[in-house]
Amino acid sequence: MYNVSRRQALAAGGGLVASILAPRRFASAAIGNTLNIAYNVNLPSFDPDVGPSSVNPTIQAIYRSIFDQYIGQKPNLSFEPGLITNWGWNDDKSKVFMDVRQSVVWHDGTPFTPDDVIWSIQREAKPDGGNPVSFIWAGIDNFKVDGNRITADVKQYDPVLFKWMAFLTGYVLPKAYYQKVGPQGFEKAPIGTGPYMVDAYEGNAYLRLKANPKYWGGKPAFETVVFKFVPDATSRVAEIESGSSDVTLEVPYEEFDRLKIKPGLKGVVTPISDIGQIFITNGGVMDDKNVRLAMCHAVDKDTIIKRLLRGYGVPIATLEAPEYAAFDPTIKVSYDPALATKLLAASGYSKDKPVKFTIQTTRGFKPKDYEMIQAIVGMWRNVGIDANIEIYEIAKHFELRMSHKLAPAAFYNWGNAIGDPTCSTGFAMWSKSPHSAWHSDDLDAKIGPLWGEKDEKKRIQGWKDVDRYIAEQAYILPLLQYAQPILYKAELKVTPNVSGALQPASLITRA
Amino acid sequence: MLFAVLVNRMVLALLTLAGVAVIVFVLLRVVPGDPVAMMISPGASEADIAALKAHYGLDTPILTQFWIWIKGVISGDFGTSITLRLHVTEILAARLPATIELAILALLSAIVLGGGGAIAGTLMRRTVGEAVIDGVNSILLAVPDFIWALALVLVFAVAIPMLPITGRIDPALAEGFSTRFYLVESIITGRFTVAGDILSHMTMPALALALPLGAVIVRLLKQSLKEAMVQDYVLLARIKGFRELRLVLQEALRNAVGPTLALTGVQFTFLIGGTVIVERIFAYPGIGNLAIDAVINRDFPLIQGLVLLFGLIFILINVSVDLMVAALNPRLRHP
Repeated sequence: MYNVSRRQALAAGGGLVASILAPRRFASAAIGNTLNIAYNVNLPSFDPDVGPSSVNPTIQAIYRSIFDQYIGQKPNLSFEPGLITNWGWNDDKSKVFMDVRQSVVWHDGTPFTPDDVIWSIQREAKPDGGNPVSFIWAGIDNFKVDGNRITADVKQYDPVLFKWMAFLTGYVLPKAYYQKVGPQGFEKAPIGTGPYMVDAYEGNAYLRLKANPKYWGGKPAFETVVFKFVPDATSRVAEIESGSSDVTLEVPYEEFDRLKIKPGLKGVVTPISDIGQIFITNGGVMDDKNVRLAMCHAVDKDTIIKRLLRGYGVPIATLEAPEYAAFDPTIKVSYDPALATKLLAASGYSKDKPVKFTIQTTRGFKPKDYEMIQAIVGMWRNVGIDANIEIYEIAKHFELRMSHKLAPAAFYNWGNAIGDPTCSTGFAMWSKSPHSAWHSDDLDAKIGPLWGEKDEKKRIQGWKDVDRYIAEQAYILPLLQYAQPILYKAELKVTPNVSGALQPASLITRA
Repeated sequence: MLFAVLVNRMVLALLTLAGVAVIVFVLLRVVPGDPVAMMISPGASEADIAALKAHYGLDTPILTQFWIWIKGVISGDFGTSITLRLHVTEILAARLPATIELAILALLSAIVLGGGGAIAGTLMRRTVGEAVIDGVNSILLAVPDFIWALALVLVFAVAIPMLPITGRIDPALAEGFSTRFYLVESIITGRFTVAGDILSHMTMPALALALPLGAVIVRLLKQSLKEAMVQDYVLLARIKGFRELRLVLQEALRNAVGPTLALTGVQFTFLIGGTVIVERIFAYPGIGNLAIDAVINRDFPLIQGLVLLFGLIFILINVSVDLMVAALNPRLRHP
């Protein structure tokens, strides 16, 4: 039997206490080869092509660290070669070609081949395979390989196909490895071709990545990257303020302003491809154009951004942010409460006899979302609109939106990291999209022909015209483009990404 | 007789769990929030939506879905998580040890803090010391665990950075474990540096959970001790010349601990419930943190598994407490 002496017990106890109280890293501590990121969301699944996580924009930075996309994307949303180096259609758009990057290896050392690309697209295209955007990938078929060039027949022309290759679920997975280990085996030991390899993972706690020494894009700046999953904003603030993490993002703007001037820390804020808007669902009082227009003209977006968001945000008049392909700065919706009052009066409404409806909003999902809606309701009240605020959960919003049962007005956000108008105005306003709120034939008639438009200039101009029409009809109330705050140690250099994906390999280096 | 009580409680527990299973299954499908609605692309057609529903087994009538699920549960298969894409049983088995270690550490802390406070308050009765203990205890009782969590972060992580804020272990040390009971395993295997790191990660969440429970223990135990201290046997011991500390610990405490134990058991279930928000704040990878993500994402199979697991834990705690109280008090063994 092993006997523990009093001295041994005391020594063990003392050691334990000393370990608990061992000095921690402080904000001024030098960053070694490990970069700690206090990340705002958890990573539920490693499969970037299937399941709910695959279409979650907030975890794309992690996916982009482990996997490569068919086509890459620069921080300004422009596209660059990824695992496909050259791509395009033939003249009549009946075929596509993709040149596959050579001399690339998977994390297990096996070579990456055109077969991996074809298998990935076919897997994503299966309607019952669990890919939420399978219809995009199902647009091409009958693949052929000639050297490193893949060609395929276009079953249904989609002008945005190649943009999607740099977007949600546009990742290449290893065919042989995946087929060998299966879906659950892949979840436990994922491999990609990306700049980092999975080293250790504990769900809801952290993901530790090791640099891929054979990465085709060059070895990243840090040997190890740790994503700490810290969904609570207060805890993220504490992580960066205490020096426990080197970088964090999506902290409250008040805390950002306080910490960015603190010695040893720096901060950057960038408008990203995420906008806040109020969906308008047709029916009832919303069928009155005067009411809709009054709703839009009564909202002082500049003041909301200045007062509630400390100036961090960009007011918008359409669903296109300035970085998007179909942004048209000439489309404006003025803040004009007098006009709003006049429009309402024309429909028989006034401050004494207000038009009444419900507006739904999230609370705490986006920065100051509830407070913004409170402010807007106050502005509306001044012109003769009496809106009742109802708070809903994210899941309820999606279900109501899909079943076209949202309240007459409903606040939510909308991301579009490839900046194409189909992914903003298109899917938000086309009545056949399960996520649109306003359904009307006049708008569908304008949007419909644009889906398959082969002339790119004409296509983009078409979407600008649609945006102008929507603004004139007030079919939706675009509010603002969100800005992403990032705090980091002064020894680092952080390049913000308009898509919002803060992938460490290409965007975080030593200063 | 104790065996009969045990069998009786187990049968009741099974019935309760069956009821919980039915309620959670029906509720999830009645309240708004469709997991497919959350993941479909804006461009998805009706056929795409139908295909996704079929993929996750949500296209059949609710009774069929329930039958498939309950058959699986009986055979130990709780289904596959929609978001984590792993078997629910596997996920729960991986996360439960973290919560068990945290809850037990919090319980032990609460017992030490609460017991110590009650004994100190009894020893200092009718002095300023007792008033101070009562005052502090009232504050501890009034402030919920998540507020303590935030306060502890501000004090011990930001103002005096001496404890890590998030996680269960330093990622650099999280290697070489053969079980998920990291703390227990590291102590047993003599890896005290690792154990220290784990304890440092657990200190703040455990304290946040322990402080309100500790306050309940102080109040209950102090009251019981107060009543015990005027009993004849304590008076006799006092006449014999026993010191005050010995009177409290040796004479009064043994008789006063019964009611406190019973109520601590009930309060422990609340502590387990409190892990949900506390684990979230400290990014602690237990079943509480997991539950929040599961609910946000409407991950039906995972929510169902978690609710059943929480139900089972609550039942086991209550049965254990009943048995302990019965074992300590012979009168309760013969109903």
